[in-house]
Amino acid sequence: MTDLVWLLLTASTPILWAALGEMVAERAGVLNLGVEGMMITGALAGFAVAHATGSPSAGFIGAAVAGAALSLIFSLVTLVFLANQVATGLALTLFGLGLTAMFGKAYEGMKAPAMGFDWVVWMGLLLVPALWWWLNRTRAGLTLRSVGDNHDAAHALGTPVRLVRLGAIAVGGALAGVGGAYVSIARVLQWTEGMTAGAGWIALAIVVFAGWSPIGVLAGAALFGGVTVLQLRAQAAGFHLPVQLLAASPYIATIIVLVLISAQHKYLRRGAGAAPGSLGQTFHPDT
Amino acid sequence: MHRRTLLASATALAATLAMPAFAQDEPLKVGFIYVGPVGDGGWSYQHDQGRQAIEAEYGDRVQTTYIESVPEGADAERALTQLALAGNKLIFATSFGFMDAVINTAAKFPDVRFEHATGYTRADNVATYDARFYEGRAVIGTIAGRMTKSNKIGYIGSFPIPEVVQGINSSFIHARKVNPDVEMRVVWASSWFDPAKEADAAAALIAEGVDVILQHTDSTAPQAKAQEAGIIAFGQASDMAAFKPTPRVSSIIDNWAPYYVERVGQVLDGTWEPHAVWLGIGDGAVEIGEITEAVPPEVKAEAEALRDRIGAGEYHPFTGPLNKQDGSVWLAEGETASDKDLASMNFYVEGITAQLPR
Repeated sequence: MTDLVWLLLTASTPILWAALGEMVAERAGVLNLGVEGMMITGALAGFAVAHATGSPSAGFIGAAVAGAALSLIFSLVTLVFLANQVATGLALTLFGLGLTAMFGKAYEGMKAPAMGFDWVVWMGLLLVPALWWWLNRTRAGLTLRSVGDNHDAAHALGTPVRLVRLGAIAVGGALAGVGGAYVSIARVLQWTEGMTAGAGWIALAIVVFAGWSPIGVLAGAALFGGVTVLQLRAQAAGFHLPVQLLAASPYIATIIVLVLISAQHKYLRRGAGAAPGSLGQTFHPDT
Repeated sequence: MHRRTLLASATALAATLAMPAFAQDEPLKVGFIYVGPVGDGGWSYQHDQGRQAIEAEYGDRVQTTYIESVPEGADAERALTQLALAGNKLIFATSFGFMDAVINTAAKFPDVRFEHATGYTRADNVATYDARFYEGRAVIGTIAGRMTKSNKIGYIGSFPIPEVVQGINSSFIHARKVNPDVEMRVVWASSWFDPAKEADAAAALIAEGVDVILQHTDSTAPQAKAQEAGIIAFGQASDMAAFKPTPRVSSIIDNWAPYYVERVGQVLDGTWEPHAVWLGIGDGAVEIGEITEAVPPEVKAEAEALRDRIGAGEYHPFTGPLNKQDGSVWLAEGETASDKDLASMNFYVEGITAQLPR
C-alpha cells in the first residue's frame, strides 16, 4: 500500500511542480504555453548538472535556473516586444524540444546519480499551502493577482506590471524546470530526447481544471498521476479490465472533474475559480 | 535602357532555370519517417543506423532525409507528403501505425516508392518488410525462464497488435519450457515511446514481484528502472549496451542496414519491385546481443544453441503441441505456425493468465 502511495506521489510530482509554476504566471495574467519546452529544458539541464556534480540536488537547482533562463526569452518577447503570448509560448515549447534534442545527444545512455532523500516530492507538497498563503494572505500576492486581473488598473495605481510579470514568468520557468528534472533524475533515471512526452500540456490543462488555485492544482496532479499509476498497477496485478479504457482513464477522469467543477461554479460567488481578467492579453504600458 | 536590362536579366534567369536539366547525375533522394526520436536508443535509432548505412554505401549517389518523432495518425500523412514533394523517390515509413498514411500518400504519388515496416498492406509502389522478432524472443525467453527466482516475468507491451502478441507468446512458451513455474505479467504502455510511462510500467511490475523485465517499447527507461531495483532486463530493438552487464543481460537487435542498402541499390539499378519480406535471425535482420557474464555459462550456451538452430531453420519457435489460452488446440504435435497465422495472431497461448485487450 505504501509503495502504491509512493508511486502515486512520484507520478504526480512533475505535473504538480510545472502546474504550480504555470498557475503563478497565469495569476499574473501571463499565459505561457511553453511549459513543455521549459520542462524538457529542465530535464536535460538537471540531468547534466546532476551527472557532472554527482548530486541530484544540484541537478534540481540547475534545472530551476535553466527553466527560468528559458522563460526569460518569453518575457523579453512578450513584455518588451509585446508579441502574442500564445504564439510565443508555442514557439518556446518547440524551441525547448529542439534545443534539448541537439544538446542532449552527449548525455544519451548515461545514468543519473543515485537519489538519497527525495525532497522534491515533499517540497512540492509544501509549496501548495505556501503558495496559497502567499497569493491570498500577503501584499505581494495581492499585487500579483491585481496585475493578472486588470493590468491597466494596476498600472494606473503605479504597480510595475512588467516587473511583476517578469518575476511570475521566471518562477513559472523555474518550477517547470524542476518538474522536468524530476522526470529525468528521479523517475526515469536517464536522459532521453522528448522524455517529458506531453507532461507540460497536462500541467497547462490542470491549471484551468484547478480554477487557478494551488489546492486545485494538487488535486488535479494527484488525480492524473494517481489514475495513471493505478491503471498500470491494475494491469500488472492481472485485473481483467479493458486496457484501452484504462489507458484513457486519466483523461476521462480529468474531463469528468472539469465538468463537475464548471457545473458547481454556477452556485459559487461570481469570480471564484474564474480565469484572471487580463489572462493572455498583451500589456501596452502607454495606453 | 531599362527594357534592355530587363531582357538581359530575363535571359540570365532562363539560363539559370535551364541549368538543372544539364545536371544528369542527380542523387537519388531517400526519405525516412521515424515514430520516435533518433536518440531513443532503441527502435528509431536502429532505423537511423540503416539510413546511415545507405549513405556509407552509396555516397554521393544518394541523399537521405529523415523526419523523427512523427505521430501515428494524420500527421504521418503530412510528413510523408512533405517528403514526396521534396523529391524523395524512395520513402521508408518505419512504424506499424503509419500504414494508412503510407497507402494514402502512395496513391497520390505513383512515381514514388514506399517501404512500410511491419505493415501488411501493399500497392504497386508500396512494399512491406518486417523482422521475425519472435525468433529473438524465444532466445531471451529461455534466458528469462532460467534467470527468474520469483518465477514472475514482466512484459511491457506497446499496443496489442500481432507483432507484439507474437513476442509475448514466444517469450512465454520458451520461458515455460525451461521453467514450468513461470508466470507472465503484462502491462500495456499504450505508446511506443514514452519514457516516463515505461518507467512507471516497470515500477508497477517490480512492485508485483517481477524480477525479469522484457519490453516491447522503444526507450531505455525500463532498463534504468530495472537497474535501480537490482533485477534483469533485455535490450529491445537496439543493443542498449550502456546497461551491460546488468540489468541488460542480452538484447534483441534489429539490423535493418542490409535490407536498406539492398533496396536502395534496386531503385538505383531499376529492379525495385513491391514485395513483402519477413526477415529473421537467419537473414541477419534479427540479432541477439552479447549475453553478459551475469548469465551462467550453461544458460548462455543453451540460449546460443537455440539461436543457432532457429537461424539455421532447424527449429520454429511456434512448434506444436501448442494450445490457445482457452485450451483449444492451435498446433498439433510437430506442426509449425504459418506466416499467415502469425501475421494475424490475436490470442495468447495456454498458460498466460492475463487477458489480451481487443
